[in-house]
Amino acid sequence: MVKNMKSIGAAVRDPGSTRRNKTGSWRTFKPVADKEKCIGCGICYLYCPDGCITLEYDPDYDYCKGCGICAEECPVKAITMERE
Amino acid sequence: MKGVDEKEYLAPGHRACAGCGATIAARLALKALGENTIAVSATGCLEVITTPYPETAWEIPWIHVAFENASAVASGVEGALKAQGKEDTNIVVFGGDGGTTDIGMQSLSGAMERGQNIIYICYDNEAYMNTGIQRSSSTPYGASTTTSPAGKESFGEDKFKKNMAAIMVAHGVPYVATACISHPQDLMAKVKKAAETPGPAYIHVLQPCATGWGYSPDKTVKLGKLAVDTHMWLLYEAVNGQIEVTVKPSQKLPVEEYLKAQKRFRHLDEEHIEIIQKFVDGQSKQFGLTE
Repeated sequence: MVKNMKSIGAAVRDPGSTRRNKTGSWRTFKPVADKEKCIGCGICYLYCPDGCITLEYDPDYDYCKGCGICAEECPVKAITMERE
Repeated sequence: MKGVDEKEYLAPGHRACAGCGATIAARLALKALGENTIAVSATGCLEVITTPYPETAWEIPWIHVAFENASAVASGVEGALKAQGKEDTNIVVFGGDGGTTDIGMQSLSGAMERGQNIIYICYDNEAYMNTGIQRSSSTPYGASTTTSPAGKESFGEDKFKKNMAAIMVAHGVPYVATACISHPQDLMAKVKKAAETPGPAYIHVLQPCATGWGYSPDKTVKLGKLAVDTHMWLLYEAVNGQIEVTVKPSQKLPVEEYLKAQKRFRHLDEEHIEIIQKFVDGQSKQFGLTE
């Protein structure tokens, strides 16, 4: 039955395919992390709207749009925003 | 991170504005729900930014439907899964405030009244942001939007925000909660509770919007914290109608601190700020946060 089913609407069969679109090109300021100061609290990871802070707390510049939430929210000011 | 699902269910590369609060809400909710989840999106920001055809940011099965029928489609998904004996799958609906409090209200009311086993998450940015910041019934008093513009003849939106959580409690929904993206652990705990609740669940998430509210994108979380700390937005859950506040701010800030941080409220004079303060004071009293 499923074999004969006609597709209606627009089906996208490629989960997570927005990864093709590198939104890092939007950025004018980039977050730079000072690993000496980092206490590993994970706040930047949780708040990132683009889910592009790794579990080692490094920003992924391929996708980071430079919103600056991580730098603003870091409780020990370990992240600074630097002009690209 | 301890206790947090490390998998990403919302891939990067999506087209949300820098500092978007809706994607924070969706990303955290999906981490709480996990892989065994099917999502339904009403039309709105989240749908548009995550699925620019032929791409999708979703890593789980996802279906987009109109503003009006997201809850009806989720009810259908529930029935189809039931017929297949897959009753342990989470079914979650994401609707914006327009898609929830205005246009999708009827099908949402129907799904809740029928007791469908679905989780409805409203990501509330307090106006129709995707189409150009038109007011919705979730727009707060005094806010300037393109259809409630502040000017010589008007001070902005002249009605108070619709109390959607109370409407859901009135439906007899067993689990209703409010949340805010500035409090991620509280938000994720509530989404988990909603998933564990047999029958329907409703979570209303406030998420600041840099574009529509008028503030710098790095302040999205700060604005959420201010909303909670001024009591403009109260964080609570209602289990079988029993209301319990989950986050009690250590000190109550004046609403002006929240209002003056946003362009949409900057025209407000003392008289209107006082009206908002009075409204908020009544609310905090009602919820037992102040004497």
